[in-house]
Amino acid sequence: MTQSQYRPGPDANGLFGSFGGRYVAETLMPLVLDLAREYEAAKADPAFLEELAYFQRDYIGRPNPLYFAERLTEHCGGAKIFFKREELNHTGAHKVNNCIGQVLLAKRMGKKRLIAETGAGMHGVATATVAARFGLPCVIYMGATDIERQQANVFRMRLLGAEIVPVTAGTGTLKDAMNEALRDWVTNVEDTFYLIGTVAGPHPYPAMVRDFQSIIGKETRAQLQEKEGRLPDSLVACVGGGSNAMGLFHEFLEEPSVQIIGVEAGGHGVHTDKHAASLNGGVPGVLHGNRTYLLQDADGQITDAHSISAGLDYPGIGPEHAYLHEVKRVEYVSITDDEALDAFHASCRLEGIIPALESAHALAEAIKRAPSLPKDHLMVVCLSGRGDKDMQTVMSHMAAQEKQA
Amino acid sequence: MSRLEQRFAELKAEGRSALVTFITAGDPGYDASLQILKGLPAAGADVIELGMPFTDPMADGVAIQLATLRALDAGQTLAKTLQMVRDFRTGNQTTPIVLMGYYNPIHRFGVEAFVAQAKQAGVDGLIIVDLPPEHDAELASPAQAAGIDFIRLTTPTTDDQRLPRVLERSSGFVYYVSVAGVTGAGSATTEHVSEAIARLRRHTDLPISVGFGIRTPEQAAAIARLADGVVVGSALVDKIAQAERPEQAVDDVLSLCAALAEGVRGARR
Repeated sequence: MTQSQYRPGPDANGLFGSFGGRYVAETLMPLVLDLAREYEAAKADPAFLEELAYFQRDYIGRPNPLYFAERLTEHCGGAKIFFKREELNHTGAHKVNNCIGQVLLAKRMGKKRLIAETGAGMHGVATATVAARFGLPCVIYMGATDIERQQANVFRMRLLGAEIVPVTAGTGTLKDAMNEALRDWVTNVEDTFYLIGTVAGPHPYPAMVRDFQSIIGKETRAQLQEKEGRLPDSLVACVGGGSNAMGLFHEFLEEPSVQIIGVEAGGHGVHTDKHAASLNGGVPGVLHGNRTYLLQDADGQITDAHSISAGLDYPGIGPEHAYLHEVKRVEYVSITDDEALDAFHASCRLEGIIPALESAHALAEAIKRAPSLPKDHLMVVCLSGRGDKDMQTVMSHMAAQEKQA
Repeated sequence: MSRLEQRFAELKAEGRSALVTFITAGDPGYDASLQILKGLPAAGADVIELGMPFTDPMADGVAIQLATLRALDAGQTLAKTLQMVRDFRTGNQTTPIVLMGYYNPIHRFGVEAFVAQAKQAGVDGLIIVDLPPEHDAELASPAQAAGIDFIRLTTPTTDDQRLPRVLERSSGFVYYVSVAGVTGAGSATTEHVSEAIARLRRHTDLPISVGFGIRTPEQAAAIARLADGVVVGSALVDKIAQAERPEQAVDDVLSLCAALAEGVRGARR
């Protein structure tokens, strides 16, 4: 991989420009240094890569299709829209791409126990899945608020044999779950592997998770080449921590003709205090092991994120996104709860695909842009997950709307 | 000579260990917290660690998490924590104060402004949990250049290979976290602590203070026989949590401090 302005590494200290790093307690330092060494060795080991490829193919079901969304394209009347179908992966989202990679690394390192944080529950389900497959005990930290709104995923994790620990601290969402997972890790350093679900945390996690997710972009390039004989003109993906987005974007960062758009969760709007748009509404700071953009007050206290989508409900963002924002390689926009819901319904009715509310944010941005673009503009949207988990949320939202009407 | 050097030198001459007490600034409110702070030296605290509240204290157990929330709910900010040190210094010029916490509030405040104001307020040292030596350039170096000690945590996972890196820029004292875990968790055996101190001694001449899981005067005495300093935090903070009124919080924290001090003073080395 070449070093460049847009794919700068990270450097040996885990920095993308001034973002990233290893801001962790000393107890964890030997572990993250060890993890970085082990990961470097693994990714240069053909046997590891072969095993990874085997599980990607026969267990996850890759490659998944790049699908031409014909009716949505007609509906918008502009750009030709393709969906990268990550929701067809085993477990129903892109999360498993990363979990398979990390569990193989955990096994290689001789770790005996997996822990993870989860927001919407998709990463928790994917972690519980690989834990079952590899016979490792697994503890999932999940905010109490998220447990309430993601009952189906909680049950799935239990079926898979994971222990769910409800986290009531803070607002009981993803950030609090991550604090609690870090506390577990610092207490059980000897035998525990912390399987972080997004491109955040101390180095090497942001780079490692990106690498495991980068298969999304690699497949997209090959598939579009086959269908259209060329590169895409634009890419659109939702960004919470930002792992599906980094996975899609990374392959194309050095293709100047490819316009890249990351979509943050705008909640009730970035001008309100109820959103999860760290780049559009936050400032740089240090949390959960990395320097990145954070939602915080004037005293440096982390403020609560809000999004209808539990998976985007996090007050930070992966450090590589912070870097790509600063060097202006990627354009980061935001989509509100209501816009995401409209796109959710459009995808259901026009394409027969029920998207995750997270992915609906990317769809909403695509629907906004496509009409004014020429018909030969090729746009790829990452359909990062399926919406089965969001039935309850959408139902209660529709009921509330009917009441108002 | 810095206040920390002075204090550890005096205690060495007396042949005893230091009682290092932790409270969270602004817990349960500014006034009561200041009253506790002012009362600690007379109750036998030799060094004071003052926690800077942060919404996401990832390395702390429940007791200090709750203390942090009480302080933030009562309106504590980093600026108020510095004011508290200034208020304390009007009546005390000898007891060292070490600010302890996480990096983000300082990052937001601005490192340069923070270091200048902390020095002017009378802060003697900093313990920043999430700033390992790999990030020394950000705060440790400017703080030390201004004459504020940067105190490192060493832990059971800090092996001989890593120890020199951690100790390289340490000053003031070395804090040995005796159990891998969060604050307020279980305590280490005296055998473990004794071995750990012997290992640290091979690498540093700085005073060594031991913390995590020390709650009673007896435990404090046991550690005081081995280490240059004994750190107690969660047990004191729990007294604030259990108190029904702020005045009771003040009384109970200072009584426990006095009992701990008696334990430490009784343990001749």
